[in-house]
Amino acid sequence: MRASEVRALFAVVNRPEVVSLAGGMPYLEGLPMETIAASMERLIATHGTTALQYGSGQGHEGLREQILEVMRLEGIDAHPDDVVVTTGSQQALDLVTRIFIDPGDVIVAEAPSYVGALGVFRSYQADVVHVPLDEHGLVPEALDETLTALAAAGRRVKLLYTIPNFHNPAGVTLSLERRPRVLEIARRHGVLVVEDNPYGLLGFGSEPLEAMRATDEDGVLYLGSFSKTFAPGFRVGWVVAPHAVREKLVLASESAILCPSNASQMAISSYLETSDWKAQIKAFQVLYRERRDAMVGALAEHMPDASWTVPDGGFYTWVKLPEGLDSKSMLPRAVTGRVAYVPGTAFFADGTGGDHMRLSYCFPTPDRIREGVRRLASVVNAERELVEIFGTTAHLDDVTDTDNPGPDLV
Amino acid sequence: MTHSPRVLVLAGGLSHERDVSLRSGRRVAEALRSANVEVTVHDVDADLIPALAQTRPDVVWPILHGASGEDGSIRDVLDLLDVPYVGTGPRASRIAWSKPVAKSVVARAGIDTPEYVTLPQSLFRELGAQAVMSAVVDKLGLPLVVKPSRGGSALGVSLVRTAAELPQAMVSCFAYGDVALIERAVEGVELAVSVVETVDGLSALPAVEIVTEGPYDYDARYNPGRTEYFSPARLPSSHAEAVAATAVAAHEALGLRHVSRTDLILQADGTIQFLEVNVAPGMTETSLLPQAALAGGWSLPTLYRSVVDNALPVASA
Repeated sequence: MRASEVRALFAVVNRPEVVSLAGGMPYLEGLPMETIAASMERLIATHGTTALQYGSGQGHEGLREQILEVMRLEGIDAHPDDVVVTTGSQQALDLVTRIFIDPGDVIVAEAPSYVGALGVFRSYQADVVHVPLDEHGLVPEALDETLTALAAAGRRVKLLYTIPNFHNPAGVTLSLERRPRVLEIARRHGVLVVEDNPYGLLGFGSEPLEAMRATDEDGVLYLGSFSKTFAPGFRVGWVVAPHAVREKLVLASESAILCPSNASQMAISSYLETSDWKAQIKAFQVLYRERRDAMVGALAEHMPDASWTVPDGGFYTWVKLPEGLDSKSMLPRAVTGRVAYVPGTAFFADGTGGDHMRLSYCFPTPDRIREGVRRLASVVNAERELVEIFGTTAHLDDVTDTDNPGPDLV
Repeated sequence: MTHSPRVLVLAGGLSHERDVSLRSGRRVAEALRSANVEVTVHDVDADLIPALAQTRPDVVWPILHGASGEDGSIRDVLDLLDVPYVGTGPRASRIAWSKPVAKSVVARAGIDTPEYVTLPQSLFRELGAQAVMSAVVDKLGLPLVVKPSRGGSALGVSLVRTAAELPQAMVSCFAYGDVALIERAVEGVELAVSVVETVDGLSALPAVEIVTEGPYDYDARYNPGRTEYFSPARLPSSHAEAVAATAVAAHEALGLRHVSRTDLILQADGTIQFLEVNVAPGMTETSLLPQAALAGGWSLPTLYRSVVDNALPVASA
């Protein structure tokens, strides 16, 4: 099965009959829509000629100051000039990759890693080399070994791409103990760290964890976003970068889009100014925690032969299927069974990962989550019977769709 | 015509081919609009029956691929509601939708079709997969084509060159449905012949020849570039006439109406083998029927308008 076929199967997920455990859409019904509407109306009425005009390439200055306040919750101390506002942090990923990567350069990323980042890396012809993670996140020893081996093979490694908090798709968090070690290893190998942190404030514990950028100003490019903590429709994210890099980011962004949307930035700025956004984030934490509980409870009840991560925050759990099953070849059966997930292969640059799938609990209600997992369990059981009958999974010919880093490097 | 017809295009549905159907539906709607037809596009959902009652379209054009769209059940409902529609009625749809049943019907009408066997998944469990697969290979030989007995867009279809590839092909197929059609793969020129019924009558559009690197699978069908099409097919006129006649004969033997597409293989010795037929052929920008129409000198708006006009009940035409 090829990528286009998987995409086509996803056409059904927006139908109400299907329980989608696939998407990473935040639960916007939790937002105070009337307050937001009033604030946007006021914005256009009072600042319409600014909000609807072109803005600064680096981003709205007032918002950049407020972003500092958001980041302070994770121990980051920065100056408004260090912040470049982007059209979602996806654009930040694109700009960073464009600036640093020449075709054939290596980006080291967790195994698994965010599918949207892998797509950007591929489009700039980077070679992605995966490094394993465990329940405490990226494994420092494995990172060191991989970077050493890559250097010995004469490969040029530019970036370490990592999602330290509530990883997408793995659901794990890089432990505080490992963070300085990862930074030290990256520094020693001359590799810049891209810290992608859209979920950091959506933890289920007490306080947000300290960001890697908090202790390393020069070695870390920090990507933040309002998409998961507020609303993705505004498409506002940001990157915090050392001075020399930031200038290049602004120029690259201007050549791509001139400037990020002033209307979106000012809407968010006014939301931050006039609402109790911290209380809103707390409300989201409670809501997502309840859904996480529904998800792992249903998995324990219906899929005892699988194993999964129990995330302390964020949107996803990473499920290892019972032996011999392949999540991609099982997808048509899931569509027939009216449930959707993302096959694990999406999160690897080398076509592996078929033994896993990503389940998201952010959007469906707890009841729908339980129903979705129940359906998924019967899909898994039917697929397992099939695999037992024929002694094999389906043939997958998708490996050629992605850049393969080469077996001698990993 | 005293007035422009109002058409409701049905697209979407809850099948594996929802995406193709939505794209096909949009294309047809766009073409009909430029032929002065008032068009709405509707999904198959709980709003459909109220919408039909409220808007009373002159005719519905179901462009639904897979499941209820092609197995006749939506057409049963349209009949129940006395809503006229473009395309084949429910009973004939049901026959065409099942590939083995369609093959047996056209074979009775004297059309060649590759030798095959239809096997449910449960049989492999009961009798042992290896024994059944060995028997299949002994009887039909290699290479083989394995496909779900129902469904389109080549989803779940595999070409099997060695016996060792057969188990994987069976697993791919059964992910889409419980019954597999296993047929002897025949070598030759791969052709698709669309048959349309317009105000001028029933006719075959020029055959389209399909040349793929690797299998003509889902990816090859819907992604420009992986497949080379020749429309019209590079055939001597005697062969072109023979394949057209075969498609029309299959259309008639199966009792199809208004629109169909028959997939055929023309072998080196001139034998024409029937593979399958679609009562709701794809209408996307890379699909075969639109290509055939252009090769036949039609503009798509003119052709689709003529199909609609022909399908209108006599009183409103």
